[in-house]
Amino acid sequence: MAEKKKKLLQGNEACAEGALYAGCRFYAGYPITPSTEIAEHLSVRLPKVGGKFIQMEDEIASIAAITGASLTGLKSMTATSGPGFSLKQEGIGFACMAEVPCVIVNVMRGGPSTGFPTGPSQSDVMQAKWGTHGDHPVVAVAPAYVQEILSETVRAFNLAEKYRTPVMVLYDEIVGHMREPIVLPEKGELEVIDRIKPTCNSEEYFPYDDKYEIAPLAAYGEGYRFHVTGLNHKKDGFPTNDAKLIQEGNERILRKIENHKNDIWKNEELELNDAKIVVFAYGSTARSARYAVKEAGNSGKKVGLLRPLTLWPFPEKAVEELAKRVKVIIVPEMNMGQMIVEVERYARGKCEMKNPDSQAAGILLGKEFYYLPPHQNLWCGGLHSSPVKEVLRRPRSKERGLRRAFRSRWEVYNVNSSCSKKR
Amino acid sequence: MSQRYEMRFSGSGGQGMILAGIIMAEAAAIYDNKNAVQSQSYGPEARGGASKAEVIISSQPIDYPKATGIDAMLALTQEACAKYCNDIKEGGILLVDSEEVKNLPRGNFKTYSFPITSIARDELGKTIVANIIALGMITELTKIVSHEAIEKAVLARVPAAFLDLNKKALQIGFEKAKAVKV
Repeated sequence: MAEKKKKLLQGNEACAEGALYAGCRFYAGYPITPSTEIAEHLSVRLPKVGGKFIQMEDEIASIAAITGASLTGLKSMTATSGPGFSLKQEGIGFACMAEVPCVIVNVMRGGPSTGFPTGPSQSDVMQAKWGTHGDHPVVAVAPAYVQEILSETVRAFNLAEKYRTPVMVLYDEIVGHMREPIVLPEKGELEVIDRIKPTCNSEEYFPYDDKYEIAPLAAYGEGYRFHVTGLNHKKDGFPTNDAKLIQEGNERILRKIENHKNDIWKNEELELNDAKIVVFAYGSTARSARYAVKEAGNSGKKVGLLRPLTLWPFPEKAVEELAKRVKVIIVPEMNMGQMIVEVERYARGKCEMKNPDSQAAGILLGKEFYYLPPHQNLWCGGLHSSPVKEVLRRPRSKERGLRRAFRSRWEVYNVNSSCSKKR
Repeated sequence: MSQRYEMRFSGSGGQGMILAGIIMAEAAAIYDNKNAVQSQSYGPEARGGASKAEVIISSQPIDYPKATGIDAMLALTQEACAKYCNDIKEGGILLVDSEEVKNLPRGNFKTYSFPITSIARDELGKTIVANIIALGMITELTKIVSHEAIEKAVLARVPAAFLDLNKKALQIGFEKAKAVKV
C-alpha cells in the first residue's frame, strides 16, 4: 500500500469521496442520521471542485432537485436514511419514468417510521425495490467495507449514467459510521462512465427515441429543447394515451436493465466450490458471515459465502445455480426476513432455507442489537473456539406469533443435523 | 500479536471517547501499519448518556467490526463502566477514572483506577484533555501501539492551537501509567 494515500475514513466520508471521484457535481439533501456525514463532507468538498451543495427544505425537494440538476447535465446525488427514503419514493419513480440518471444513498437505520436513528438495519432492501409505485427498473448496490463504499458509489454513478436510471446505494449505520483505513484511488484507477449525449440536430433529437435501447440524453441549456414528464410519453417526451406506446415504453425501461443484468451483477464468492452449506449475506451482515465462513473453513467445515454487491437486479442466476448443488442456504439479515423471500423464490425448493432473523435476536437477547447484528447472535461458534455448526434459532413452535417469539428464549439449532431432514 | 486486539473507550457523550477511538485506530492503521477498524455507539443525546468507541486492531484483515471480548477498556464514568464492562475478557485490563467510578466491576481482569479527570484539571487546567491522558495511559499499559504512533496520531487530529497541551497530556498519560504499572 502506498503509505501517503492511506487514510482512516468513515464509511460516509468514503461515499462522499466516491461521488466526487465519479464526477458528482451536485448534491441536494436533507440531513438525517446516520447519513449526515455524507452531506457534511460534500458541503465542504463540492464547492472546491466547482460543484453545488444545497441543503433542501426536505427529502422530497432533494430528490426533485437532483433530478433537475441531472437534466442539466450534472452527475447528481442525494443521501438519506429510512424516513427520508420513504419521502423520496415519488421522486425516484419520476426519475425511473423520465430516465434521469442519479444516485440515491440510503444509510439504513432501524424502522419502521423514525425508528432507531443511531442503530443499523437492513430493512429497506425491499423498499428499494418496491418503494415507488408502478413497474419500474431498480438498480441497487450494497457495499460492506469502507473501501468498497467508495468503489461501489463510483459504480452506482457509472450504472446510472450508462443505463439512464436512478441507482441506489444501500448500506447501514455500522459501515456508515465505521472507520477503516482506505486508499483513495488515483485518477484513472477506477472506471468512470459519462452519459452519452446527442450529436444530431436539435430538430432531430428525441429524448426517448426507441431506435436506441438507451437514448442519448441532452443537457438542458445546450440547445436541445425537449419535454420531461412522469406521464407515459412518446419519444419526444410529451404525454400519450396510446396503449401501444405506453406498453412499449414501460417494457423498454424494464428491458434496459433486464437485458444487461450480467453487466450489473457483481458477487463475491468465498469457498463456494464444494460447500454444502452456504451463507447468502450482504452489507455489514456479510462481514460477520465472512468471518464465520473462514472460521468454519479453519475447523474443516465446508461452508461458503455468496455476497451480492448488486442487490437489485437480484442475483437470480447465482442463487439458482447454487440451490442445485447445496443442501442449505442461510440468509442472515438485519431485518425480519426480506431478501430470504427472493432467495427462496430462485432456489425453487431445491435446497433448505434458514433465516436466523438477527434483528429479533438482539432484542430477544436483551442486549442492544446493534452490538450484535452480525454473527455473534447468528453463529454461536463464529468468534469463539467452538466449531461453526450451530445457528441460534428461535424455537419453531414459537415462530407463529411474533409477540410470543419476542418473549421466548432462543435455542441452539444445529444446521448439520437439519441438512438431512426435509422441511 | 494475537489475531484480534479489542479496545473499548467509554464515558459520557462529549468526553471525547469517539475521538480517542479514532486516534487509536489511526495510530495503529496509519502510523503502525496494522489493520484497524473503529466503530462507535451513542444515543440520540448530543451530550451525556453512555457513549463508547471500539477499536479492533489486527495483523489480519478485519471482518467482524465490533468488540466481542475486550482486551483493554477505558471507563470515565460509572454509568459507562457498568454498562459496558461485561465483555472484558479474562486477563484483559480495565482503566477507570477513580473519582467517577466508585463501584469497580469484579472479574478476571486487571483494574487500574486513576484520577484521570482531576489530573487533567490540576496539572493542565483543562478537563477536556482527560481523553488524551487516558490514551497515553492505555498506550503505555497495553503497548498495542508505539508511543511515536500515538503521538503522531494525536497531533494530526487536534487543533493546531492545542498541540502543546495535547502533547503534554499524552506525556502525563505515559508517565502516570508507568507509575501505576509498577
